[in-house]
This record gives sequence, structure tokens and C-alpha cells, in this order.
Amino acid sequence: MHEKKVMDAGAVKSAIQSLAAEIHAAHGDRPLAFVGIHTRGVPLADRLVRELRYRRDHIEQGTLDISLYRDDLDNLAALPTIEGSDIPFEVEGASILLCDDVLFTGRTIRAAINVLLDYGRPERIELAVLADRGHRELPIAATYAGITVPTRKEDYLRVHFKETDGEDRVIHYQSETS
Amino acid sequence: MTTDVSPYHRKDLLTIGDLDREEILHILDNAKPFKDLFTRSVKKVPTLRGKTVLNLFYEPSTRTRTSFEIAAKRLSADVTNFAVSTSSVVKGESILDTIDTLQAMQVDYIIVRHSVSGVPEYIARHTHASVLNAGDGHHAHPTQALLDAFTFREVYPDMTGKRIVVAGDILHSRVARSVFEIMHLLGVEVATFGPATLVPRTIPSYVRILHSFEEVFEFDPHVLYLLRLQLERQKANFFPSMREYHNRYGVTTERFKTLRERGTWVMHPGPVNRGVELVDDVMTYERTLINHQVENGIATRMAILYHLTPQEPKRLPLPEEIRA
Repeated sequence: MHEKKVMDAGAVKSAIQSLAAEIHAAHGDRPLAFVGIHTRGVPLADRLVRELRYRRDHIEQGTLDISLYRDDLDNLAALPTIEGSDIPFEVEGASILLCDDVLFTGRTIRAAINVLLDYGRPERIELAVLADRGHRELPIAATYAGITVPTRKEDYLRVHFKETDGEDRVIHYQSETS
Repeated sequence: MTTDVSPYHRKDLLTIGDLDREEILHILDNAKPFKDLFTRSVKKVPTLRGKTVLNLFYEPSTRTRTSFEIAAKRLSADVTNFAVSTSSVVKGESILDTIDTLQAMQVDYIIVRHSVSGVPEYIARHTHASVLNAGDGHHAHPTQALLDAFTFREVYPDMTGKRIVVAGDILHSRVARSVFEIMHLLGVEVATFGPATLVPRTIPSYVRILHSFEEVFEFDPHVLYLLRLQLERQKANFFPSMREYHNRYGVTTERFKTLRERGTWVMHPGPVNRGVELVDDVMTYERTLINHQVENGIATRMAILYHLTPQEPKRLPLPEEIRA
């Protein structure tokens, strides 16, 4: 497989800053809850919150584990470990920003929406991702996307965050062209 | 880097002895997020949607069966109770024939309780479904032990070097056997106390045998685990009378005072015989964990159901003439 660096630490940083600016432009100071999807949505939510902390009040933050809501448990070679969800705010009536590293088929986001709806009825749910790599299998779109990476379906796009992987970067593993 | 997947591929849970320390801790860690679900407005998750869980109880049990039923339903599984007293077992059907029948019904998880040790293991060998031992004879009750360990760990996150006394009728208790095993594996010092006639010689060597309540207080357990005196099994005169049992081996008002002063936690698998294992006051004591055990039982059993993986069911081969 061919390895291509799509973003380095600097690019990741500026992408997150522009995501934060976009979110701020859309929401101003209205209450917003940042919810990171385990594993790499959590550091993304953290960083967005850090960017926006001094520009707005009313920041709520939570984490979401979707492993109990996956639609492919039967097909997995091994069960996902459960991290647990931590939603320390009232979901009923809240504006929620889901955060994840990569948007691909949309199935993770489908599951995340289902989890949130089991906590209550939010007023709205939006989605922020660092990278959108296409190939949706469900009618789901990112409200805010850091970058769009054209990929083939069998490729891998891996986001590395300092918190989870020691370093910020995005790598595109391209399958050999036949 | 966090690990994303569980390294375990276990079909059945038959005894604690099948698990090692790491796997036990893995299950206990997973039980926590399940317990967190209980505070949500929707307590259910879709994890086992479309799966069928069958309660196969050859012995009466309301608590354990209900606990499993709620656990399975909160995972969105369909639950069926196979009531043995009204079934063909009464008509003389063998266990194996019953299993073949259930196999044909494509059941995914079978929860078994039987008065004979080893029956769940026998069933497990003959079905693709995951088998969970909900108590067999005097042998094992692994899900009870796991929920007890979970409860212990909520109070003492580091269990190493803590002390537990399991008191009462050890001889007839599958709970005692499984609790000994799990506590020992998790580094807890284990002692036991009960009428000499009810403490079998086959007890594991790591269990210290205490002979009086004075020795119990000397051992100074963090948790006193009282077993239910199984009244239905006491026909052989193991001890003179209930009153005698209470006075010598039960938590009397006076002993309760000492326990309270020391802040000893009390556990009991239920149902409780008030006035036999313990006096009424213990039930309202702020360090009695009995109701926590019940609540944790559901979370732990959800984690166990999640942990097990049934085998791919085999389709029944059709007879030749139909196939053609």
C-alpha cells in the first residue's frame, strides 16, 4: 500500500482553527454541546472546545461510545471494547455538535445519532469532522469538514492525534492501482 | 494507544475457573458502562437486537431468572422462558432432546440452571448457542460471583490485599465456591466461617477456615459475605436449630454493633432469612450492599451476554427427497 501524508501537525492545527471559526460564526454565543465519538472524536471535541473557550460561554462537553449501537457486530472478528458514554448535560432540547475524525460510510454517525436520541430529544444535531473521505452509504453529511480527501473505497485514511497516537497527522494509505 | 477490540472469543460461561484475572477484569470494566445506561431516559441499547435468549431453569429461581431477563431485554434481545415444570421434561424428554429442539428453534443464548452439577457444560457441548451457567448443583454460579466482584470493586477499586469472610452453609453453596475463586483470582484474602458440618473438607487450600465470630473479628474482613441458609436443604440435622444457628453463626444485634463500629460492608446473594443469617437492622445498615448487588447483577449480566459469542448456527440438512 502506498502511504501519503495528507496533513502534517501544522495543517491539522489550522484545519481545527478554521473549523472552530466556522462553528463560532454559525452559533455565536448560543449554547452548544460538543460531543466526541470514541476514540478520535474525543480529542477533536477537546481541541474545538479549547479554541472556543474564550470566545463563548455555555460550553458543554461529552463523549459517546457507539460500540453497543453498531450495525455490524455480527460481522466483526472481535468485539469492540466499551469505553462508555459520558453525557453530563441534559440532551432534551440541547444543540449538539457531534465530533469525529473521519467521515466515511456514515454508519458511525447514524449510530451516534441513535445513542443521543436515547438520552432525550435534542433540538438539533450537527456534525464536525476533521476529514471527509466520501463513499457514504447513508444520507448523512458533515456540517463542518476540515478537509475533503478523495479516496477509493478500499483505501484507509488514518487520523493521528497527539493525545491518542503521539503525533498530529493524517495519512492516506492508497491501495495499489490495478 | 487504546486497544479497539476485545481479544476474547468465548462461547460459554460455565465456571469462574475458565477465566483468568485479565478476562474477569475486562468483563467487570465493561459492566460499568452498562450500569451507566440505567440513568438514561431510554435504558435499552440495540446490541442484541434480533437475538434470542432462552431461560432454561430446571430449578425454581425468581431473582436470577428475572435479572437475566431484564439484562437481555435491555440489550434488545428477545427473551423466552422455558418453564420446565410445564414442559415435556415432565413428560420424560431427555436433556439432549430438549437441546436439539431448542437448537432447531435457532436460540442464540441459553441460560441454564440445574440441580445437577455439570449439566450446563453438557448442554454447551451440544449446541451452537452460548450457554451461561446460572447455577448448577453445588458446583458453580459464575454470574453471581462476577456481580459480587463488581460490587466489591465499586467499594474498593483496588481489591488486592482486601479481606472477605464468606459465612454460612458452604457445603450446599455453589455461590461460595464461585465467590472463593473469583476473590482469590482478584487478590482478595479469603476466609470462611460456618458450622463444621457445613464446611466441606474439599475447600480450596487458599481459604482460611475460621471457627468462631471472635476469629472473624480477628481476621477483620472488609466485607462479610453472608450466605443464605438453604432451609430446604437442612433436613439432615447439620445443626440443632435455627435459633442455635443464629446465635452461633448469624449476625446478632451485638455482633452487628461491632460490624457497624468497624464499618464492615455486608453482602448477601439473597433472598435473606431475617433472624437467621442476620438481624433486621442489618437490612437498613448504610453499608449493606444487598440491593446494590441486585442492581449490579443486571449490569454485570449485560456485560457477560455482550462478552460471549455464539457459534454460527448450522442449518438442518433436509432429507434427500425434499432437497431434490
